[in-house]
Amino acid sequence: MTDELLHAELSRTWHKPTGLWGWLTDNHHTTIGLRFIITAFFFFALGGVEALLMRTQLAKPGNTFIGPDLYNQLFTTHGSTMMFLFAVPVMEGIGLYFVPLMIGTRQMAFPRLNVFAYFSYLTGGLLLYWALFSNFGPDTGWFAYVPLSGPEYAPGKRVDVWAQMITFTEMSALAGAVNMIATIFKNRAPGMSLNRMPIFVWGQLVTAFMIIFAMPSVMVASSMLAADRLVATHYFNVAEGGDAILWQHLFWFFGHPEVYIIFIPGTAMLTTIIVTYAKRPVFGYTGMVLALIATGFVGFGVWVHHMFATGLPQIGASFFTASSILITIPTAFQIFAWITTLWHGKISFKPPVGYVFGFMFIFIMGGLTGVMLASVPIDLQVHDTFFVVAHLHYVLIGGAIFPLLGALYMWYPKFTGRLQNDALGWTSFALLFIGFNVTFFPMHLLGLLGMPRRVYTYLDTLGWGGMNFVATIGAYVMGLGVLLYVSNALLSLASGRVAGNNPWGAATLEWATASPPPPYNFLYLPTVRDRYPLWTNAPDQPVVVGVPSDKREILVTKLMDAEPDHLYETPQPSISPFLVSLGSAIGIITAIFTPWGVPLGFVLVALAMVAWFWPKPPHKELLEEQP
Amino acid sequence: MIPLLAATYQSALHPAGKYAAEIKWLLTVFTIVASVVFVLTFGFFVVSLIRGRRNRMPDATDETARRSAKWVGGALGVTIVALFILLFASVVTGRALSHIYEPTERHVSVIGHQWWWEVSYDGPQADQIVLTANELHLPVGERVIVHLTSRDVIHSLWIPNLNGKRDLIPGKESTIAFQADKPGIYRAQCAEFCGMQHAMMGLVVVAEPKEKFDGWLAAQRMPSRSPVSIDEQKGQQIFMNTSCAMCHSIKGTSAGARTGPDLTHIGSRRTLAAGVISNTRGNLAGWVADAGGIKPGVLMPPNSLTPDELNALVVYLESLK
Repeated sequence: MTDELLHAELSRTWHKPTGLWGWLTDNHHTTIGLRFIITAFFFFALGGVEALLMRTQLAKPGNTFIGPDLYNQLFTTHGSTMMFLFAVPVMEGIGLYFVPLMIGTRQMAFPRLNVFAYFSYLTGGLLLYWALFSNFGPDTGWFAYVPLSGPEYAPGKRVDVWAQMITFTEMSALAGAVNMIATIFKNRAPGMSLNRMPIFVWGQLVTAFMIIFAMPSVMVASSMLAADRLVATHYFNVAEGGDAILWQHLFWFFGHPEVYIIFIPGTAMLTTIIVTYAKRPVFGYTGMVLALIATGFVGFGVWVHHMFATGLPQIGASFFTASSILITIPTAFQIFAWITTLWHGKISFKPPVGYVFGFMFIFIMGGLTGVMLASVPIDLQVHDTFFVVAHLHYVLIGGAIFPLLGALYMWYPKFTGRLQNDALGWTSFALLFIGFNVTFFPMHLLGLLGMPRRVYTYLDTLGWGGMNFVATIGAYVMGLGVLLYVSNALLSLASGRVAGNNPWGAATLEWATASPPPPYNFLYLPTVRDRYPLWTNAPDQPVVVGVPSDKREILVTKLMDAEPDHLYETPQPSISPFLVSLGSAIGIITAIFTPWGVPLGFVLVALAMVAWFWPKPPHKELLEEQP
Repeated sequence: MIPLLAATYQSALHPAGKYAAEIKWLLTVFTIVASVVFVLTFGFFVVSLIRGRRNRMPDATDETARRSAKWVGGALGVTIVALFILLFASVVTGRALSHIYEPTERHVSVIGHQWWWEVSYDGPQADQIVLTANELHLPVGERVIVHLTSRDVIHSLWIPNLNGKRDLIPGKESTIAFQADKPGIYRAQCAEFCGMQHAMMGLVVVAEPKEKFDGWLAAQRMPSRSPVSIDEQKGQQIFMNTSCAMCHSIKGTSAGARTGPDLTHIGSRRTLAAGVISNTRGNLAGWVADAGGIKPGVLMPPNSLTPDELNALVVYLESLK
């Protein structure tokens, strides 16, 4: 079969349905991945506007621009949005888009689960913003400490909306994580043994495992809270023998790993950027992988450093001090390895390298203030102050958002087939970098000078006005930077130079196909023989043959060494994942108002599940045994 | 330049007692080590960018890798040593600070409420217990153990000039100790988000020499001053016969409710509304008439009194020195 014929047949087989029906049913990983990314940036913009409103309120002491009620809704929604509706989903979306391309396959392991994950996420986000725009947004913080968030002190439905938003987004994250692990373990191109996987894929794998262990904790906690509020259970009710600190343990057992769930994909992207623009293999591949895994493990042993002020036994606190200091070691290794890689590389200075610079400056500082926070005495001074606001933005924006923006600039030609304008790219980077530091650096000092977090205003006499004003100016500069970044992306859609398959001369398989990738990803499924296939593959590198082009079949390989195992037919577009998502949404949202939502949801989901799992007639020709 | 503009009476950088001073020392050690680490690491990174830009071609030979491994190993070793120094410094300070919980004579209780602090000093007899609000007096040079709990949600007591913070948790009692070495007036503010007026939950901390402190405590032990002038008498009647007495107590009168702050000596306090406004006649009148106008969401309801009634009530409250 010629290439043209093969292309025509694969295009037919992997046809992307269009229109509203197509939007509800299409399960291509690129479609869903891109949709996750765009939706996440939409929520990022909303979260950013909330931040600007808060900064405007804090620009001067005693400001009356927004009152306490709205301010509390805004900081709660800002935190919840950035964590649950932006950072986790955007990292997941990029994984969904690129992991199958990087490992040389045509689809995720469970395409319909992807569709379900997306609609769950979208519903959760819309639920939160429906509440905010109707002025009953949650107002007890993204951490929703009991008893403040309990039935007695938070009447109304605000906290219930928050708790169910958690249910939606965590369900989505869990579905995505399971899918990611199965895909990475079983769908890699022949030859791509575990120790040849791109670091980015390793990052996604470790993150997915962390999601599976961390998210259930917050889902359990938020469900217990919802039950306390809806059917008067007393998990957290002190008067009835419940415990207020239990919530904090459950929340932070999720909450701290969550930071690494955002940060690990960020560092993995940074490695990808550095390798791409320094044009040499990353130094210490094995060490880098072990660093990611070590971070994933130790990340589960540090949660109590959020709770030092509750008054823990000293011995217990010392353990968490030690573990919180320990977790810097794998990241320190990564930083040294990046420096080494750049040292011996040949760097082409493109805007993503700017973001590497931003990461190094901002994240190292954030990591060092993190070491300060690990120390109990220091933590007891700066905990719950603007010092922590500064620290967390230094690590999360520096450690995850800068790599993300750099990586998206790098991958933009793959998404769109076009290059962005480098001058605009550098300008937006400069605005973000300067704006960021102007916003957040003064906050270290503000915290030490006594300014607590989560305050809608402050007294003139405390003298915090000057630095707060500076921070507010910085926030607007950052806002301008984001605006310019997005404008560059939008303008380049039409006017950017055509990029070709591999404009940066990068090494991994996503660059081996057209930009944007065709619906079937690769005309011929690739094989690899080392970690950097596009740099080292021989011209006659074998391709996979024998995968039918008239069915949506993908090759399943073995876990360790990716030897071909069998063929697996992935499902056609179908409406059933959307229906399951709709059924669960009706159940979960109804459960905000009445416990009958739970049985209702069960019935609706069960019906939709019947549709989902309805057996299909088997193929006439059963597959032959594979070698 | 800008930091100098900030006040120094609510600041961890201006210790007025030995615990805060210990922590500031530790913070200084961490800051110095962190700065050195930052300059070195970021310096190497900048050099790597410059070199990486000049290199004609990437260098990934085994020989380079071996040399690099030594550098990276060395850097990692230095990092680990630095971290151990910090861990050691932290543990040493932590141990020094742990002595603050040794038994002592002086005890105070602080109970958190939305959005004010109830402060009480034990007395030899039940009627000599001092109940006050939003003002914590400490004798200079003496270690004071403060017992903390909360009546509603979690709060956190943080007097940055004296020590780190400790949460006030409903259903639990925790303790923290302070020792003020410099006399002065400091300010604390709730540090754990506790609802609508979390931002406006301040506490005035008065550290004074022992004689002055004892004098203050003795005065606070007294029942309230009886009304003298006509206005004061009228004011007391209004207090007892309107909703005031349903929430507040004034020792020596029939008002004994504990929902709101004790007002036995409200006239002697420096601030109103939990460290938010100074205790002047105008502010007091405004607060009594419409507390929610000053602190939106506050639990104290507005009071519809005639100007004469309001004036008499304020005169009475002011007389409660």
